[in-house]
Amino acid sequence: MWESVKEFASEFFVTGDPLIYGADVSIVLSIIAIVSVLTYFKKWGWLWREWLTTVDHKKIGIMYILASVLMLFRGGVDALLMRAQLVMPEMQFLSGDHYNQIFTTHGVIMILFMAMPLMFGLFNVIVPLQLGARDVAFPFLNALSFWLFFSGAMLFNLSFVIGGSPDAGWLAYPPYSELAFNPGPGQDFYIWGIQISGIGSLMTGINFIVTILKVRAPGMTLMKMPMFSWSVLSSCIAIVFAFPILTVTLALLFIDRYLGGHFFTLDGGGNPMMYINLIWMWGHPEVYIIVLPAFGIFSEIVATFSRKKLFGYKSMVFAMIIISVLSFLVWAHHFFTMGSGADVNAFFAVTTMLIAIPTGVKVFNWLFTMFRGKITFETPMLWTVGIIPNFVIGGMTGVLLSVAPADFQYHNSYFLIAHFHQVIIAGVVFGFFAGLYYWWPKIFGFKLNERIGRWAFWLWNIGFYLCFMPQYALGLMGMTRRLYTYGWDKGWFEMNLVSTIGAVIMGAAFLVQIWDIAHSIKHMKRDTTGDPWNARTLEWSIPSPAPFYNFAVMPQVTSQDDWHERKLRIEQGLEKPAKVELEPIHMPKNSGIPIVMSMFWFFVGFGLIFDWLWMAVPGFISVIACMVVHSFNYDTDYYVTVEEIKRTEAEAGRVIT
Amino acid sequence: MANVNAGHHDHHPDQEELRTFAFWIYLMTDVILFATLFATYIVLQGSTDGGPGPKDLFQMNGIYASTFILLTSSFTSGLAILAMNKGNRLALMNWLGVTIFLGASFLFLEINEFIHMVSEGATIGTSAFLTAFYTLVGTHGLHVTLGMGWMIIVIMQIAKHGITPVTKRKVNIISLFWHFLDVVWIFVFTIVYVMGVN
Repeated sequence: MWESVKEFASEFFVTGDPLIYGADVSIVLSIIAIVSVLTYFKKWGWLWREWLTTVDHKKIGIMYILASVLMLFRGGVDALLMRAQLVMPEMQFLSGDHYNQIFTTHGVIMILFMAMPLMFGLFNVIVPLQLGARDVAFPFLNALSFWLFFSGAMLFNLSFVIGGSPDAGWLAYPPYSELAFNPGPGQDFYIWGIQISGIGSLMTGINFIVTILKVRAPGMTLMKMPMFSWSVLSSCIAIVFAFPILTVTLALLFIDRYLGGHFFTLDGGGNPMMYINLIWMWGHPEVYIIVLPAFGIFSEIVATFSRKKLFGYKSMVFAMIIISVLSFLVWAHHFFTMGSGADVNAFFAVTTMLIAIPTGVKVFNWLFTMFRGKITFETPMLWTVGIIPNFVIGGMTGVLLSVAPADFQYHNSYFLIAHFHQVIIAGVVFGFFAGLYYWWPKIFGFKLNERIGRWAFWLWNIGFYLCFMPQYALGLMGMTRRLYTYGWDKGWFEMNLVSTIGAVIMGAAFLVQIWDIAHSIKHMKRDTTGDPWNARTLEWSIPSPAPFYNFAVMPQVTSQDDWHERKLRIEQGLEKPAKVELEPIHMPKNSGIPIVMSMFWFFVGFGLIFDWLWMAVPGFISVIACMVVHSFNYDTDYYVTVEEIKRTEAEAGRVIT
Repeated sequence: MANVNAGHHDHHPDQEELRTFAFWIYLMTDVILFATLFATYIVLQGSTDGGPGPKDLFQMNGIYASTFILLTSSFTSGLAILAMNKGNRLALMNWLGVTIFLGASFLFLEINEFIHMVSEGATIGTSAFLTAFYTLVGTHGLHVTLGMGWMIIVIMQIAKHGITPVTKRKVNIISLFWHFLDVVWIFVFTIVYVMGVN
């Protein structure tokens, strides 16, 4: 008996590496710490009522952002481990297998569990406010999306200490990800972690399309809508088209692994190349899904801090729509070298290059917005301006990669690594940082410290260039990716050293940002205006942080940048602040079903990973039961009374008579 | 709360209309899901790996029968909508019941077909063609199963609440879903079965 328990434990828990024992200890310690703090301060009820069951889009957004920062930390630690291994030739820090697991989890976590939730966080906290809406179209579904993401992310992260991490790269190419070559549970953790959170992403896509198309404030036509909301719309349309393909692809891989199927195996007539096509039909749009909202953020910030209307609003909108369409026509550029033939390669090379045109249009629009503007360089604007050269270099190396014959040289090299980190870090992550600094006062009611923010900005940027510029050169010198060590004779030492120093500086920059947040909370200066940047769009017309019902009175929109125009008219005496008549506000009730249902999804995933049907089947039945219970619940909303609205507004410093 | 908007003029859009619109978008994602499965089937249909192929396995008489049954069920779900629009609650519930019965008959035939194929040694692991076949047809069957369960829940809610804006929307959506399954089946019938045996 004892022997079989020991045998089970040695297979179930990952053993044999001091890093993992360290992780085990820190996971146990942090769980104990969280549980005891919550119990000591008697916060369990508060946590459940105010956060875990909330359907308020702003709170859901904050939870997304928090989770994503944690994932940024984990993915960043993975990156530092890799750079530590590569800092000099013949390093003995990580074994080859461990290195494979780390670059796999680094990629998955950064794209799916860091960039996506950070993006959804910003969607959630800002889009309804920009639209002048009380909430997203489907608040319950929104909470469910978050908790599904959270379950999936936790499931994926668990693989580090239980069962073993996936090691087949962030897109899990077969045949290596098939059972024959990869029998452990790592690949199944990959499948179910992504599958569960991917369903959440798909639902978020549907939710925000409906929100943007159907629940805007009266008078806000599509062409008067703020640019960030436009970028969210185009991103969500791409989500709705791309994510079902991911769902199917992962399901097919699972059928191969679990039911002995032959979709992508080498035997039985399977076709591994089909997986590579399918995964990139999702994967390529995915990178535009995460970058489009960043474009929207830049557009908002550039206009606000140049004190000018955004240049070329319409061309901006069309550029985004064209990008989201073109993103579906370029997927084969990820495997130019895999024998598709010259005609196919030429088609995908040209469509790929075409994307540079609308992207260039956007960059020029930002520059023309700044032209003759009264620019001020607060942190959000600093990030935005810093991103432009960064993104232009990344874009140009992208065009180099899209030249099919040349790609035979760059393919799988560090040139490619440098390119996509440049567009994804400098385009997406820095873009979302800019958005966080910009909307922070709206979300939390106080500004972040400017001076520390500048330190973080410079450290991130210096670290970034130090880390990735040498990698372009290393790639041209022949250093390939997924390489865990190399010899002294290659002549790659110096540049790898510089690259690692850059990575460490970025790590320090992250810590400075955390310090910025802590410092700003300690020395908090409440923003009482609701509009600390003198900005232009509707979200700034209400107190910060926004009351739970967002707008005491629904705004009537008459123009683009409506809040800015209204401020101007009031200043010139053309308009008096409107006399308000309050009415009871219709709001959704909180619900515990989303978190409970996602927990059952977790059991389904975990059960299937370990082939424990006794866990998966009841888990799935419980998921269905949750849906039925929700379907039968007709008591899902209530009205906020006029007195409560008056009281809430007064607490935020606004007197409504 | 039968009609949450009753008596209050706020600028909330009609929740039932929003849900119907969202369901159309969901259906679009389902179209892409099936399109992907059809693509994999078309790529792999010749990869029988020396095992049985479409001509050896498909028994078209059963397929004609199940196609006829499913098309009829789409018609009866339409009759349910007509009954609902006339405000005839009992007829609505009955026609939904008939639809479920026809769906169950379709499923019975499908499961029979699968059992027959497996007994001839054509399992999901036999060849890439069969993996793709079972996955595509099985996913459709899974959708039918889901639709039937869903319809039962809708019938229970009509029994409890009668024909209200909320239940009306629910009936409209499940009927939309059912028609969608029919359309998908027409593609399965054509691409998998008819083109497979010819």
